[in-house]
Amino acid sequence: MATIELHNVEKKFGESFAVKPLNMKINNGEFIVFLGPSGCGKTTTLRMISGLEAVTSGNILFNGRDVTWLHPSQRDIAFVFQFFALYSHMTARENISFPLQAQGLNKSDIKQQVASVAKLLKIDHILDMRPGSLSGGDQQRVALARSLVRKPAAFLMDEPLGALDAEFRESMRAEIKQLHIDQGATTVYVTHDQVEAMAMADRIVIMSNAVVQQIGSPAEVYHNPSNLFVARFIGSPGMNLVNGEYRQGMINLPGDNQYRVPDRWRSRLDKDLPSSGKVIVGFRPEAVRVTQEGQMRANVYASDLHGGYSMLHFEVADGSIIHARAGRGLDYAIGTPVRFDIEPDMVRFFNPETEAAMVNRE
Amino acid sequence: MSDIRLENITKRFGDSVALDDISIQIKDREFFVLLGPTGAGKTTTLRVIAGLEKQNKGSVYFDGQNVNSLMPADRDTAFVFQQYSLYPSMSVYDNLAFPLRSPLRKTPEDEIRKRVLEAAEKLRIMHLIERKTAKLSGGEMQRVSIGRAIVRNPRIFLMDEPLSNLDAKLRESLRVELKHLQKTQGSTTLFVTHDQIEALTMADRIAVLDAGKLLQIGTPHDIYDRPATTFVAQLVGTPKINLLNARRENGSLNIVQSTLSVPTPMNETPEEVLIGIRPEDVKPGSGQYRGQLVLTEPLGVETILHIKSGEQILTSVVPGTATYRLGEELPFALERERLHFFHMDGVRLS
Repeated sequence: MATIELHNVEKKFGESFAVKPLNMKINNGEFIVFLGPSGCGKTTTLRMISGLEAVTSGNILFNGRDVTWLHPSQRDIAFVFQFFALYSHMTARENISFPLQAQGLNKSDIKQQVASVAKLLKIDHILDMRPGSLSGGDQQRVALARSLVRKPAAFLMDEPLGALDAEFRESMRAEIKQLHIDQGATTVYVTHDQVEAMAMADRIVIMSNAVVQQIGSPAEVYHNPSNLFVARFIGSPGMNLVNGEYRQGMINLPGDNQYRVPDRWRSRLDKDLPSSGKVIVGFRPEAVRVTQEGQMRANVYASDLHGGYSMLHFEVADGSIIHARAGRGLDYAIGTPVRFDIEPDMVRFFNPETEAAMVNRE
Repeated sequence: MSDIRLENITKRFGDSVALDDISIQIKDREFFVLLGPTGAGKTTTLRVIAGLEKQNKGSVYFDGQNVNSLMPADRDTAFVFQQYSLYPSMSVYDNLAFPLRSPLRKTPEDEIRKRVLEAAEKLRIMHLIERKTAKLSGGEMQRVSIGRAIVRNPRIFLMDEPLSNLDAKLRESLRVELKHLQKTQGSTTLFVTHDQIEALTMADRIAVLDAGKLLQIGTPHDIYDRPATTFVAQLVGTPKINLLNARRENGSLNIVQSTLSVPTPMNETPEEVLIGIRPEDVKPGSGQYRGQLVLTEPLGVETILHIKSGEQILTSVVPGTATYRLGEELPFALERERLHFFHMDGVRLS
């Protein structure tokens, strides 16, 4: 069990920042996911927490104790990588036992602990097999078992599902989350896959260009992204973002469309917008209501079935595409004119100069 | 533009059978997707059509004409690969014009210009036209590769996983653009992918292949709503379909290791079956079944619930705005008319 605190932790390679000063506290038992595109600094942050990478400046605290300059082995953490890093000449059982032997436990204790972790991960039946004859999913289960068996204070996982096939990824995702719920160990997890982050995290730390863009629960980053980057990155597809010009409660949008700003947003927009009135209107695909009385007009660009639902894609006058989630029966020919509204509770506004979301505190 | 007919195609590599007696008819102007895992025979099918691979048995027809003896160059197909092969030192314009400048074609330069600009417009790369392709992003390069196929105006487009090297966001937007383009151009397109969402969203019809065998051909709705086998059922849809073993007793099907039970679908239901239930057809809130909520995965627009009933865990998809408490007992219903029944060997009960 551990809390992890990062105080102004930064990393520079030469003159360039891999991670700009980062401050956060990870609570005991929390599942934290660092999310972002490649090169954003997420893995470097994880490596600094683990001690595999030295900080350029700042401090890292485990349970209030400064571990900034401690060796990884002194931090009581377990690491799970994308590549399973199992010993191929050992059986699954020997692989899992290995860290306990290194700790000098006696044989009967080892046997008992391996049995209990194997039961938890449902790998009892493969304990005597070697990694080479196991599926990717089972290899990753063995790797997880090996890190779990030590009962470390914290788990650090670097894209552990990245090398698995899509079909395994989905079920392993649920298994790791279930394991976390059962064990309650503080977990720091790195991924570039926003679906994985949303599905697993208590809180997500979204990074881009070495900077933390937002820290929040899945619902927070989805519904209230702090800026355009987060709005685009989270969701598939990301948030619809349309350029507009605000004037006295109305926003002019491409294609002679006019959007009436919900009353509770008016004072905020009156006060905070650049003098040009330029604003970006953001809304999720499920916030689009296709209706004959809709305020806004567009033409169908494409429509497609996603299985349990359909997605409609509308083209507006400036060539931008708006995605709308719809019932699975809906299908329109390309070019069909449509009218739609935006669910007033789900509309968000962004300042195009700063790219920051406007916050309505009422 | 052409229709394509594959008649009893068998292709062997040494002892292994890559394609096992495949017959497919692709209509003129159709967007046809070959879907399957690695080793299914998708790419081999494409290569047989292009003439890059010679089948051991069977025939390929374009517009009713047997093309078995035609060389690849004479079949007039255009190939788009996963790895874009552009000339890095040439501009986008010159890359697009390249296939038309072939001495065999003798296309006049103003015709070339017209076609190149048309293609660039359609692919939204007009602003890049002077740029060297080495300076482009992956998505832009793939657009240029597709553009290079378009300018030739071939009879058939053959695309082999053209989106799989791109990141998720780009894949999403190119998927939509490619579909729009195909529909507005009306070009017969054969598209290979292992990604079920690409197949569902883009295809007019999908052929599902596995280990050289054709398992099912149908529209995305057919494939999703009436999968021919459990393999197909599990291949399409995220989260994956729930697949449960059930035994027939007193006119109902009891799902093993649970208290769940559904009426037998027909008179001649076998003793033992597999029941498939799509996650969106498990509806919590009310209903005759009960289970415990053991895990939630909030994805934003929707949340995946894992509901445990006996020893079975069912996944359910609900709107992201719904709130549930971990550990709570939930009543739920199953959408009766959307249940799928399979023989134990995986074949759908007719």
